[in-house]
Amino acid sequence: MTELANSGIGAPLPREGARRLAEGRGRYVDDITLPGLLHIAFVRAPFAHGRLLGIETDDALEVPGVVAVIDGRRLAEICAPFDTNPPGVPGHASAPQPPLVVDESCFQGEAVAAVVAESRAAAEDGAELVFLDWDELPAVCSIEDAQAEDAAPVHTRFSDNLSLRHRFGAEDVSEAFHGAAHVVEADFSFGRQTGVTLEPRGIVAHWDPRTEELEVWQSHQVPWQMREVYARQLGLSPQSVRVTAPDVGGAFGLKLHAYADELAAVAVSRLLGRPVKYIVDRLESFTADAHAREARASCRMAVDAEGHILGIDAVVDAGFGAYAMHPRGSFGEAMQAAQMIGAPYRVGAFRAEVRGWRQNKAPSGAYRGVGQPIACAITEEMIDLASRAADIDPAEMRRINYRRTLDEGTRATQAGLVVEELSLDACLDKLLEAMDYTALRSEQAALRAKGIYRGIGLASFVELTGVGAGLYGPLGLTVAANEACRLTLQPDGSLTCATSVTDQGQGTLSAIAQLIAGEFGIAPEGVRMVAGDTGRTPYGGGAWASRGMALGGEAAKRACARLRDGLLELAAGILQCEPEALRFEQGEIIGPKGASGLDLAELAALCHYRPYDSPTGQVPPMTVEESFVPAALPYIASNGVHAVHLEVDPELGTVDLLGYWVVDDCGTVVNPLLVDEQLRGGIVQGIGAALYEECLYSEDGQFTNGTLADYVVPMAGEMPDIFVEHVSTPTRATGLGARGVGEAGTVGGLGAVRTALGDALVPTGARVSQQPFTPGRVLAAIMAAEDAE
Amino acid sequence: MPDDLIRFTLNGRRIAVPSTRGHLGDLLRHELGETGTHIGCEHGVCGACNVVMDGRVTRSCLTLAVQVDGAEIETIEHAGNDRCGAALQDAFVARNAFQCGYCTPGMIMTARELLSENAAPGRAEIRDAISGNLCRCTGYQAIVEAISDAAEALRETADD
Repeated sequence: MTELANSGIGAPLPREGARRLAEGRGRYVDDITLPGLLHIAFVRAPFAHGRLLGIETDDALEVPGVVAVIDGRRLAEICAPFDTNPPGVPGHASAPQPPLVVDESCFQGEAVAAVVAESRAAAEDGAELVFLDWDELPAVCSIEDAQAEDAAPVHTRFSDNLSLRHRFGAEDVSEAFHGAAHVVEADFSFGRQTGVTLEPRGIVAHWDPRTEELEVWQSHQVPWQMREVYARQLGLSPQSVRVTAPDVGGAFGLKLHAYADELAAVAVSRLLGRPVKYIVDRLESFTADAHAREARASCRMAVDAEGHILGIDAVVDAGFGAYAMHPRGSFGEAMQAAQMIGAPYRVGAFRAEVRGWRQNKAPSGAYRGVGQPIACAITEEMIDLASRAADIDPAEMRRINYRRTLDEGTRATQAGLVVEELSLDACLDKLLEAMDYTALRSEQAALRAKGIYRGIGLASFVELTGVGAGLYGPLGLTVAANEACRLTLQPDGSLTCATSVTDQGQGTLSAIAQLIAGEFGIAPEGVRMVAGDTGRTPYGGGAWASRGMALGGEAAKRACARLRDGLLELAAGILQCEPEALRFEQGEIIGPKGASGLDLAELAALCHYRPYDSPTGQVPPMTVEESFVPAALPYIASNGVHAVHLEVDPELGTVDLLGYWVVDDCGTVVNPLLVDEQLRGGIVQGIGAALYEECLYSEDGQFTNGTLADYVVPMAGEMPDIFVEHVSTPTRATGLGARGVGEAGTVGGLGAVRTALGDALVPTGARVSQQPFTPGRVLAAIMAAEDAE
Repeated sequence: MPDDLIRFTLNGRRIAVPSTRGHLGDLLRHELGETGTHIGCEHGVCGACNVVMDGRVTRSCLTLAVQVDGAEIETIEHAGNDRCGAALQDAFVARNAFQCGYCTPGMIMTARELLSENAAPGRAEIRDAISGNLCRCTGYQAIVEAISDAAEALRETADD
């Protein structure tokens, strides 16, 4: 057996434990039912902004099967509104968000009344017969409208719509721009998106008055966070609340938040003392799931004659929607969009101002990459603009500006980023070779002469993964940023790992099992994983900010070491040797004289059933728990480089993706089979952002494309094959060395398509600033450039 | 349906259920407990709810429950009973061609229909065939490779 296979780490093992999903034996939240289960359909606000004058429910209550119609005033008696104003966020202000509208509604689709019935169909019938009396109020939807001097307030408790204002870097960077050889400047517009999990959000809540316990099954990333949220909002002890995330059909950050409608469902169960189920339908997903990415930005970059960056000066205006998402707020994306500009490069002087604006639209929140895709897209296009101004090849331009690590004597970049060793040079080298960059450039030049517009785009990124407590604690958030592993040796010699990490398909649980199996030299099937259940797992985070392996894997590795040390000490006593002379191989203890005859099953049986057989009379603990949170660093930075090859049809404005390459450094790769497709999936979401996806609202705040036929996500036929390669620089923050990877594809994907499109359009003189780059927008840019000539 | 029952064959079993106004997906999931068929959009775009109805892949969310009276329905729970379905499931696991697994049942039903009509589809043909099935997790590439692998495995064992 080779060392690689023996260690478990690095082997491309299939997820055998997930086979049941391919056989239709998943157990998602809508697959769960309970005796006496009631179903909820919500009546939702029809206007972007309105004042609720009255609710008539008599007709709805007549519908056979309808049990109750519950409004916001009734729920307010037992359930507090979300207050999402974390201390320590400068100038942040968000209105309280009740589970159901009490008097003022602030976005179309906000839940107003819960119709509770014996079946979902009856609940929907009842919902159609609830009559709402409204005063429509003026709505503010676009960022520009929200900024206007005389803008109507999104929520009447505020006089304006500014929700956040912050600056990263220096107050004044103008000196860097004086006398620079080249100064380039550009505006950017990023379309509002939403995560579109294929399984919509959903919840089953059961307040049992007999036990005074609340049990919640929810399609969610962070059950521990939700336990605290439900306990706090309903005035319960957290210990009386159990939250379980069963199989989850995609999450992408969207299922990181607490939603008003889901809180309402829990509160309804508390009120009625009956189990209730609420499954979000697709239209509700579009109008009431967290949105993301809507932003406008302008950026200036100064470079010297050799192409070295002298300064960056940027302003980002982000569209927050009607409320800050609970409990983490909506500011994270805007903050990272500004702070991460220029992150892969030594940028000289740095200034990035960020403003967040309330709008009468769905609240914005976390979506894969959180702001970093925006920062990457801005940075990479600025680099391209500067490289054209300085007449330097874009790949070379990147290389000469890459940051390798922090400058000596500094604790953070000017933007406040703490990055450890980066490997962007090595990633770029591998990437250029894999794509045969030089040959593609020659081909591009030859085809341009024939009027064929192909573009080659590069996007380098630095990503903050495995974010630790240093971000959330100072904000006053009750969010545990550690990940924990409770490892148990069962009497039969098998292992159980209860982890705080949750898995929505990333394969993290399989990879942790693989890691643990490797530590004892057993097959992964010998490790039973338990996750996503506050009743059965140790306290910790869950899934966000690419933390599963980086933090949860490290906790598991440490738990293995402790359990193993105890067992080896016991075995050493039995074998009368030093514990250092022993090791596990295929579950058996190997000593100085080879196989000892002692294996996990024998040691477990001894400890559990015959402790008196221990030479010392003592047995080691059969359950150990380890928790890990990055302490020396605030997060574990990863990096990589993407490249896109595409062709634009200048007559139609369509974009055809011809090739995609990525070289990523996520440190130690535990399972490349899982990591590679994880990267590809993230990239496809980045391509979706670049070319197709946008939440479209009318001027008066009506969502206009709320079906999967109208909000277009990438389909197999349009996607290219994606080449994935790795550079591995294990992080020094952990013994395992893994960095996060779940978001890396999305962080770079958008920027790479943007720079490739920009490159393709160079002969036309056109630039498309507004994303997604639909055929209409591409064509309009080409025609505008023709008119300008 | 003179007695107001819907009678059909589900995965080889004869079924008679009281008539309902719901769609086939809800009938399978909530009345008959076959929860492998997933509901993603309820407007016929995502393909997560694909089942086989009288030999053709069909959107169960766009099919009324009463429409299946007299029909033969097959769902993912039964798909592994034939060589093709089993080969696809093996290949999907081996290639890590699914992550959250929500689209996978519908994807496999579609892929099985493709392979029943085309024993050696090219990558572009596979991509085209599954373009009515949305996957939000993978980059589709592993799915294409899994279907291609399954086709190859089936060709190799065709004469066994």
